[in-house]
Amino acid sequence: MTLRFLLEKEFKQLIRNKIMLVLTVVFPLMVILVMPWAATMDIKNIRLTVVDNDHSPLSEQFIEKLSNSSYFRLVGTSYNYREGIHAVEVGTADMVLEIPSGFESDFINGWNVPVQVSINAVNSIKGVMGQSYINTFCQMFMEEQQAAHPTADGNNRPAIELNTINLFNPTLDYKFSMIPGLIMITAIVLCGFLPALNIVTEKEQGTIEQLNVTPISRTSFIFAKLIPFWIIGVVTLSLGFLFAWLIYGLVPAGSVGLLYFFSIIFIFTMTGFGLVISNKSSTMQQAVFVMFFFVMIFIMLCGLLTPVNSMPDWAQAIAALTPTKYMVNALNCIYLKGSGFMDLLPDIIALTTMLLFFNVWAVLSYKKSE
Amino acid sequence: MDDVVIYTKELTKQFGTFTAVDHISFDVHKGEIFGFLGANGAGKTTAMRMLCGLSIPTSGVGNVAGFDIATQQEDIKKRIGYMSQKFSLYEDLKVWENIRLYAGIYGMKTDEIERKTNLLLDKLHFTKERNALVRSLPLGWKQKLAFSVSIFHEPKIVFLDEPTGGVDPETRRQFWEMIYEAADRGITVFVTTHYMDEAEYCNRVSIMVDGRIDALDTPSRLKQRFNAQSMDQVFRRLARKAERSE
Repeated sequence: MTLRFLLEKEFKQLIRNKIMLVLTVVFPLMVILVMPWAATMDIKNIRLTVVDNDHSPLSEQFIEKLSNSSYFRLVGTSYNYREGIHAVEVGTADMVLEIPSGFESDFINGWNVPVQVSINAVNSIKGVMGQSYINTFCQMFMEEQQAAHPTADGNNRPAIELNTINLFNPTLDYKFSMIPGLIMITAIVLCGFLPALNIVTEKEQGTIEQLNVTPISRTSFIFAKLIPFWIIGVVTLSLGFLFAWLIYGLVPAGSVGLLYFFSIIFIFTMTGFGLVISNKSSTMQQAVFVMFFFVMIFIMLCGLLTPVNSMPDWAQAIAALTPTKYMVNALNCIYLKGSGFMDLLPDIIALTTMLLFFNVWAVLSYKKSE
Repeated sequence: MDDVVIYTKELTKQFGTFTAVDHISFDVHKGEIFGFLGANGAGKTTAMRMLCGLSIPTSGVGNVAGFDIATQQEDIKKRIGYMSQKFSLYEDLKVWENIRLYAGIYGMKTDEIERKTNLLLDKLHFTKERNALVRSLPLGWKQKLAFSVSIFHEPKIVFLDEPTGGVDPETRRQFWEMIYEAADRGITVFVTTHYMDEAEYCNRVSIMVDGRIDALDTPSRLKQRFNAQSMDQVFRRLARKAERSE
């Protein structure tokens, strides 16, 4: 049982490496605590300036409601449109809303009411989001008013139901869809990078050669390297899940068992991948750069930042080869949608295939003789 | 001869077009201290790595402890010890932990490891350093420890690649005492060195120049043949012919 002695060694080395232990706890905590806020695409506080040409009770009500919403912040009123645009140009406002004269009377007569909105779309996300917020807002305002002031003929017009329901993320809280993915990133870094660096360190220090002249088997060697990082990975992910619950109250809608099942196959895949890289690299720089290259692809194409469906076909084809795509999908489905084992079968098959591929390759690419 | 533990015939290793080891043939007997000399880049380390099963020969035959170096590396590895040029015990493990690790890998039992560790530390006067991290030891001590670890599992042959590089003369002398002791126990010692005074301590030496073995004999006969006062002179005469350097 040489594996026992090797594992003893790996754990002793790990425990003496204080930074590593701290990293295991602090890394998921920081990612969960800080990243969702920084990486959020929720747009709040769009700065709004209003040109009210109507000065009617209705227009004032409209403006008041708008400024009470958390998405908009009224930064001033302008006398005319040009002044409003000037505010956007100098950067004190993001959006100009112009209410035409006759706003109230047109509305009471049941005519269409044109409201001019100009948005600074330099930040395109802010622009698009602002536009959609204001559309929704107008829609709601109209309905309210229609309900409150029935038309001249005395009938309540059936309110036009234009509610957009954001499926599975009712508040469209961007943080909720980011967190499972962020937890995955901690696993990529700890379970992909660390085993790679670990073996390359042994190569650089020459200790691996001392092991290679012993009768140690390739499988024992690889397992001794992998097992500690499997444990670290499971601990890190558990901490991630725990922090997500403690900090944001986010709990998986699906089963925790399935969540761990995915965590484990994903960790196995990433550690196997890390080992392949380390077996193929002879220096730390090589290992780090190659690893970084792949991790960039894994993160960019996994669907966390942009939906895979909206990528061009060729990018979708590459995304299909990344383990992260399946993991992000599975995590989101388990967390937000409550999907079960059978729903995620395609992801399980894809991840398991990669797991086998990388780990078999890891054992085969570890050469004791050259 | 029955007591041959290493033999090679026309052993060759090429890296691309570069022939690092060029058709070398020699044999080493049981319990012998065999000095493997050569300038930097002469091919000593490559030859030694082939004998240890770390590197597969391009052509030629080699046999170590009764096993073929091209096909039976793992059998060889069970029967040899190796101490590389680069210090290669784990610096972040304690003295006893390093011993335990390697002994365990070679399949020794836990209680036997414990017993022998105590004996060894006692003999090396390392008992106080038992729980010290290897990182904190002076170089000479590290080298002595590395050698002791490489023969801890009682191998048939031990390969030492420039074991005394950078070590002070007193420690070198102690180191050679340890080598003699191992040879007396029947362990064959295959050692490369740069120090010509150390070559004098060997039973036989071979001198490699540009990947070939240019001379192989006992130190005294080599001195006679090259009409030299010391091994240093013998070496200089041979090495002068070298065309390649590092």
